[in-house]
Amino acid sequence: MSEPASNTARPVPFRGRGFRPEAKRGAAIVVFVVLIAVIEWGTRTGWITNLTLPRPSDVAATLIELWQSGLLWTHLSLSLSRLVVGSALGISAGISVGVMIGLFSYVRAGLIPLVAALFPIPKIALLPLFVIWFGIDEGSKYALIALGTFTPTIVATYGAVDNVDRTLVRMGQSFGLSWWSIVRKIVLPGALPGILSGLRISLAIGIILLVAAEMLGAEYGIGAYILQAGSLYDLERLFAGVLILSVLGVTISWAIGLAEKRLLRWRT
Amino acid sequence: MQVNAKPAAKLMPDPLPKHGNCLFRTPVTPPNHEKPKDAMDLTLDHITHDYDGLSVLDDISLHIPAGEILCVIGPSGCGKSTLLRLIGGLEQPTAGQVLQLGTPPLGCLNPLTYVFQDFALLPWRSVEGNVSLVLEDHGIRGDAAEQIIADVLARTKLSDFRKALPRQLSGGMKQRVAIARALAVNPAVMLLDEPLSALDAQTRELLMEDLIALWTRQPFTGVYVTHNLAEAVRLGHRIAVLSRRPGRLSEVIDIDIPLTERKLGDPRLENIQKRLWDLMKQEALAADQELLHV
Repeated sequence: MSEPASNTARPVPFRGRGFRPEAKRGAAIVVFVVLIAVIEWGTRTGWITNLTLPRPSDVAATLIELWQSGLLWTHLSLSLSRLVVGSALGISAGISVGVMIGLFSYVRAGLIPLVAALFPIPKIALLPLFVIWFGIDEGSKYALIALGTFTPTIVATYGAVDNVDRTLVRMGQSFGLSWWSIVRKIVLPGALPGILSGLRISLAIGIILLVAAEMLGAEYGIGAYILQAGSLYDLERLFAGVLILSVLGVTISWAIGLAEKRLLRWRT
Repeated sequence: MQVNAKPAAKLMPDPLPKHGNCLFRTPVTPPNHEKPKDAMDLTLDHITHDYDGLSVLDDISLHIPAGEILCVIGPSGCGKSTLLRLIGGLEQPTAGQVLQLGTPPLGCLNPLTYVFQDFALLPWRSVEGNVSLVLEDHGIRGDAAEQIIADVLARTKLSDFRKALPRQLSGGMKQRVAIARALAVNPAVMLLDEPLSALDAQTRELLMEDLIALWTRQPFTGVYVTHNLAEAVRLGHRIAVLSRRPGRLSEVIDIDIPLTERKLGDPRLENIQKRLWDLMKQEALAADQELLHV
């Protein structure tokens, strides 16, 4: 009774705030716009010298010029076809080998050490070898991108197959499903989430290797374009090239997100 | 014994209680021939099993007659679920064998069919997709599959949820889908591995009534593994009590009350349940202590 506060009714204070990420629309755009605006303002006032960073408006002008000259399409179509062919080869082979590792103990025992040995090799170091094996043309670039996407896809795929709920496999066996049915209807759909998230990494590696291959020997392509700009210290063109690559990366990530949304609708 | 089991055994060879679509699946049914003996008994012959030298089951011999539900109870870790996996051929016993007597009913796609504790539904398939999964491999598609699916979903009161995905369903509904899937293959023996253990008490009560209704409509042979004594006395024609590890058959009890007459809170059932608990209490206590030492 000595403390008057102990007698009065007070609401329980809310303590559960924070630590829960929420979707905030437009935040990314604001960050982007502010960053561009600061750089634009800095380069115009001379606070940022034009040796350090190009003026964003000049980069935009370079891009428009590139588009109008038709060269953008030449570079982009060549780069895209290399990326698509190379990563399609690497990813399809990677998924098949990964599923085999997941399903057969002998394949697992035989190939996992090999994959572990191949994975950390910087694939760019092998480009001269590939030029001898597959020719200086598209072949060596396809091979480089294919090998670069191959190993991470294998690792993601067999991990995903290992993580398929064994009780579902038991269920399939208990209903007398054939081996092939169990693989097709239980193992593969169950491994799909893991395979798709592995694709994000594989394709990002694919883009990096695409640029590397084009820098080492190509007339056209985003990588070649960036290399030329770099040798001339043409910052506007360099940044225009980098911007195209970023857009490519964002587009691929968005496409995989879309695929996940459509194919994995059953997930919570 | 088993006053209620005898009419059940008589019902089994009759084509009427089978799937309404049995003609679809067995167009060659000879109308005037002697009816096939389409009931299947199971016999466990001195089953012994161990995992890496650790004895789990020790010399279990048991007869499971057609048309009856056998409940297997025992303290945790006594090898109940292992026994069920052995019966259905998902594991091989170290010694002894499981024998099938007689032929499975006509139109039976998968004689020994499981219902699992964790439902084991494919999350990427809808309710009807999960049922059709087990038909596809037997070449049943289109109208024939549609008939079976409609029939089993109606029997498990799921007709309104055909297109729903498992994640949209409650635990009780998921287990009903699993039961529908098991019924779709017209099993000779249902192997139920703690089918109600993942459910809350009220849902469990509802599903027990559903199981009794299903059995009454079309008696099936069942092996029902549970640690819940109340479930055992409600659903079992016979109850096999296993000892703690290594599991031995310590007692087999017959309950003569027909399934339909067994209601929640029946004093006769409570008596049996109490007897079972008295039988098991020391074992359960010992099993609990044992786990602490391991």
